[in-house]
Amino acid sequence: MAKKEEQDTRFSKFGTVSFTSITKTNDFIDYLEEGKVMGTRCKNCGKTFFPPRVDCYNCLCSDIEWFEISGRGRLLSYTKLMFAPVGFEDDLPYMLGLADFGDFKVFGRVSKEIPEEEIKVAMEVVPRVVKLPEGRITYELTKA
Amino acid sequence: MKRVAIIGVGQSAFVRGYEGSIRELAFEGFKEAMEDAKISVKDIDASIICSAPEYDKQRSPAGVIVEYLGLIPQPTCYVETVCSSSSTGLMVAYSMIQAALYDVVAVIGFQKMSEISSMEVQERMGRGADIQWESPFGTMMPAYYAMYARAYMEEYGLTLDDLAKVRVKAATYGQINEKAVYRKPVTLEDFTDPESRLAAPVADPLRVGDCCANADGSSCVIVANGEKAKAMCERPVWILGLGAASEAVNMAGRPDLTRGLRVGIEAGEKAYKMAGVTPKDIDVAEVHDCFTIAEIMAYENLGFAKPGEGRDLIRSKETYKEGSIPVNVDGGLLSKGHPIGATGGSQIRTIVKQLRGEAGQMQVKDPAIGLIHNIGGVGLYGNVTILGRE
Repeated sequence: MAKKEEQDTRFSKFGTVSFTSITKTNDFIDYLEEGKVMGTRCKNCGKTFFPPRVDCYNCLCSDIEWFEISGRGRLLSYTKLMFAPVGFEDDLPYMLGLADFGDFKVFGRVSKEIPEEEIKVAMEVVPRVVKLPEGRITYELTKA
Repeated sequence: MKRVAIIGVGQSAFVRGYEGSIRELAFEGFKEAMEDAKISVKDIDASIICSAPEYDKQRSPAGVIVEYLGLIPQPTCYVETVCSSSSTGLMVAYSMIQAALYDVVAVIGFQKMSEISSMEVQERMGRGADIQWESPFGTMMPAYYAMYARAYMEEYGLTLDDLAKVRVKAATYGQINEKAVYRKPVTLEDFTDPESRLAAPVADPLRVGDCCANADGSSCVIVANGEKAKAMCERPVWILGLGAASEAVNMAGRPDLTRGLRVGIEAGEKAYKMAGVTPKDIDVAEVHDCFTIAEIMAYENLGFAKPGEGRDLIRSKETYKEGSIPVNVDGGLLSKGHPIGATGGSQIRTIVKQLRGEAGQMQVKDPAIGLIHNIGGVGLYGNVTILGRE
């Protein structure tokens, strides 16, 4: 009998609840484990992608490389949630934010470690890997 | 090009906890539209059924609904762009008629959201966004729109009071719309009184009063080619312009948040061009006010105001019934409620009634051209439809 091939479900560890388990961007999770938040770049045309993708619609190729998000982003907006969808209740209250890094933008949680009165539009932020209970992993935006 | 008209419109009351199944719910909007058009099921050549999946258990709802409505063996299909499903359905019906495949097409929208809890609804709506890269953070619709609201407040000095004023206007008309789920008056004080439920934060800066309510409801729009319309209907309302657009699902792929929703701009420009009219020609409009900030952004995206000046329209009450550009004078989504797949059809119904002069207490003075702006997801899809009396 043929041995059942094991599925690569690394992405199921992403965030508080992941709704995706199998993706060609599974390496994103390994990079998170190494403390890096990574995007992808098309080797052919140089277009950068965040969130990462493995296919470039610009030149219809799938020859991509990973790059680490470096430098500081500018917080474009944020919100503090007092209600949450099913599965996220224990995280409340939490903040979501969007930051501009020039060639791309990054969406994610805003760190609870930043005192709330310091959170302002246009403040400088950097992405940071956060290890969650039960082997889960994510990233957040924190003060630069 | 041939002309295409709307010959009948209908909707159910929008309610919390409809006591019936989805086929029974769909019948309510259908019945009103059929009685309005004064036609029978044999006159309908095809149907399009519109909703967003997963709120009820029925897979492929089109088949079940057409059988119940007596629309077999005519062809049907299911069309989905979440909250803008039924205005997308109108675009598909228009195309089918223009292609001369069918003469009369019924566009039926429905949604029964009350079979699941409000938090489950938020989870499903959140999954209308990017499930791979955003949903794992715990996203929901109010949070996305809250980020637009914050960007507007920072950039233009939009205030919480401005947002509240949009809801006060909605409630002014919701009170006189017998189909609306929320019929109570709302005052600015309701947003500042800490005891008031409307003042409670949901995703700051948005409060409960800034958000539309989930509801159960159905709508139906009957569309016909020009010749049939003139033969069958005393006062057909003509489809003058149709514009549609799509956008990056992830917030990271969005252009400047302080310019509102790009799909609204794109769809609007296309619809104006096709209709050969400008924003100044619009006499009455329905815009997708799922949140108060969404109405302010729609004013700007549709060209009723310049970027950053949408707030001036609500401050000066120009979007009230007596103003220069009446918007959502049926209470909007904020008062009517937002049964996802039924919403676009309900907006179309309002404009058709306005153009026919049948809007009762909500009637705007003698409108000739009306506009419907219906958005799917957080500006993921957008449809703008322009209708005319002539």
